[in-house]
Amino acid sequence: MDITEYFQLVFTDYTLRTITLGTAILGAVTGMLGSFAVLRKQSLLGDAISHAALPGIAIAFLITGAKDTNTLLLGALVSGLIGTFWIRGIVKKTHLKSDTALGLILSLFFGFGMLLLTFIQKQPNANQAGLDKYLFGQAATLVESDVWMMAIVTGLCLFVLLLFWKEFKLLLFDADYTTTLGFNTKFIDILITSFIVLAIVLGLQTVGVVLMSAMLLAPAAAARQWTNSLATMVFLAAIFGAFSGVFGTAISASQTNLSTGPVIVLVASVFVFFSFVFSPSRGLLFKQIRFIKNRRDLELHKTLAFMHHIAETHDDISHPHAIILLNNFQGYTRSTLQKLVEKNYVEIKGSMWSLTKIGFETAANLYTKKSTDNE
Amino acid sequence: MNNAQIEIQIIASLVSIACAIPGTFLVLRKMAMISDAISHSILPGIVIGFFLTQDLNSPILILFAAFTGIITVVLVEYIQKTGLVKEDTAIGLVFPALFSIGVILIAKNANDVHLDVDAVLLGELAFAPFDRLLILGTDVGPKALWIIGVILFITITLLIAFFKELKVSTFDAGLAASLGFSPAIIHYGLMSFASVTTVGAFDAVGAILVVALMIAPAATAYLLTRDLKKMLALAIGFGVLSAISGYWFAHWLDASIAGSITTMLGLIFLFVYLFAPNKGVIAVLYREKQQRAEVSLLTFLLHLKNHTELEERHVNHLREHINWQRVRAKTVLELALKNNMIVVDKNIVSLTKKGDTFTSKAIDYIITNRDAQIEDMKDDFFLFRG
Repeated sequence: MDITEYFQLVFTDYTLRTITLGTAILGAVTGMLGSFAVLRKQSLLGDAISHAALPGIAIAFLITGAKDTNTLLLGALVSGLIGTFWIRGIVKKTHLKSDTALGLILSLFFGFGMLLLTFIQKQPNANQAGLDKYLFGQAATLVESDVWMMAIVTGLCLFVLLLFWKEFKLLLFDADYTTTLGFNTKFIDILITSFIVLAIVLGLQTVGVVLMSAMLLAPAAAARQWTNSLATMVFLAAIFGAFSGVFGTAISASQTNLSTGPVIVLVASVFVFFSFVFSPSRGLLFKQIRFIKNRRDLELHKTLAFMHHIAETHDDISHPHAIILLNNFQGYTRSTLQKLVEKNYVEIKGSMWSLTKIGFETAANLYTKKSTDNE
Repeated sequence: MNNAQIEIQIIASLVSIACAIPGTFLVLRKMAMISDAISHSILPGIVIGFFLTQDLNSPILILFAAFTGIITVVLVEYIQKTGLVKEDTAIGLVFPALFSIGVILIAKNANDVHLDVDAVLLGELAFAPFDRLLILGTDVGPKALWIIGVILFITITLLIAFFKELKVSTFDAGLAASLGFSPAIIHYGLMSFASVTTVGAFDAVGAILVVALMIAPAATAYLLTRDLKKMLALAIGFGVLSAISGYWFAHWLDASIAGSITTMLGLIFLFVYLFAPNKGVIAVLYREKQQRAEVSLLTFLLHLKNHTELEERHVNHLREHINWQRVRAKTVLELALKNNMIVVDKNIVSLTKKGDTFTSKAIDYIITNRDAQIEDMKDDFFLFRG
């Protein structure tokens, strides 16, 4: 199946439509909430939570004995929340740093989850096969009810986000100020963290425990490069996330033997890479261009200043001098000289140069900030 | 206990020691999450190495994987340096991407390779004794034992040789640099070693659980001591303890050995987290409660000192005036009585001589903030300790 065939099938084929819709919604909601995680410097929290959700899935299965998605995800939600609050407890009550707390909870919960999973596998229960799909996720197992579930959670998320927008924004940028204004910071904090956990748990079925953190981070990190406004960033992150989901599904559907989760993550990584390089204000490419431009301007100024220095010693400022007098050390290159001529600061006759009147004045005021218009 | 069981336990113990040593430094350097990143991102290295060698225990594989580990660190640092995102975001962006590449590589070649992601991520210690190392036709023990043994030997040699450098650069990077130890070399040295250890251990316990063996023993030890050597020793002890108890737990439960070792680590951490003498949660909560009571006591004593009028010092009035709950007021009153700070006469509270000097000293301390004032009070009160 190639890509064009895929796009035809999206509108006709039930499974493909469900999966595409599911990954798109998932990408949107994780992108939205991920923006908050990234800005709150909790990027790796997602990684820890998604790993911490594993024992919850196993325990939910052990208790109910059924593989009902919603029950398992409820278990994941509970254990994810326990993990999150334990991390907070460790950071608050002991001198262990947050990275240690994250790594600890992540690996300990995951290990415990693995123990339970292998324990379940040895049980004489034919129902257990496929629990390990939560490790790497299987978008193919998405059914319509799952997508509805995602859509409902996303709607809820959007509603809460709009309702508490001001509070979230305040808490994000100035937690102390929020407290002094009388907001219940603890409540807002728990609210946003719970929603992040919820979004992660939703994604487990699709991308799996191991890669879920990237879904949270990558769209947000990409969106951050294009804007300085929170609303735009959240919006952009949702779009990037949704497109990663759609493209990822498309690519993995058009090839054999490609699991959807990793492809979605790679597509999201491409978005990040693109944003890092090509974002106009923060991107590496434009930063480099600005850097080169600034250096050129500086060289131009240096040459002009040096010329001014020489011309000063003569009564006639337009007295010609040999070009050989200028050297690289003063920032002279053939192109800077050409630029100066273009700007009408300098005149060249043969191998001699002379400052014009404008050039002399500009050079005299070069470092006194009067000449603000010389770029 | 048969031969295979003993060998498994020895391998598990060696792995836990080999992980605990770099883990301690990672925890102290606040780079614990880097080990998580490395353990994920070595996957493509392992896969590519496996394609080339077709042998999961080949040393070339370890080199490849260690190389990917270092690439991860370099990439994370490069992204961080651009200032576009924070450090933790950089980590979170790099390793899932590399890990995805690894998963896709495996999936695309699933038909002709004997390697699946589960094996790489989770490992299987139970099979380790069956893969023997043969030298000139004689059986010298399981391959995994030799690999991890060599890694552990190098780790210990390096630890002893560079202990001073590691210690200084961990606790005071600036001092280390000014003394002439290159922070970059130590940093990347440690990182490459963490990568090598991760790869060496992944075969036995799986890539993700290596993280547990690195961080958990060190974090547990850190709650108990602030001495680097003791911390290392404790971390190794916790590692070995959970390796052996974890093995027997798995044996009894008939489940994954790696998972059970991690669960043991978790239980040990939980125990220490709750009950550690000074840093444990219960100790911290108790101390906070004491401090609250002492601050209240001080407020109470100051109030008494400021008022000579009888009605201001009536027991009931105090409760209204300082606005305390009945229980709290009672605790404070009892605490003060027990320390002979006050006397209560017909429901009128007044300071004793001891209480009076104590209060003056306390005020003095609060104003001047000089330690010498309260040396003798330290024994009675938490508040003034540290």
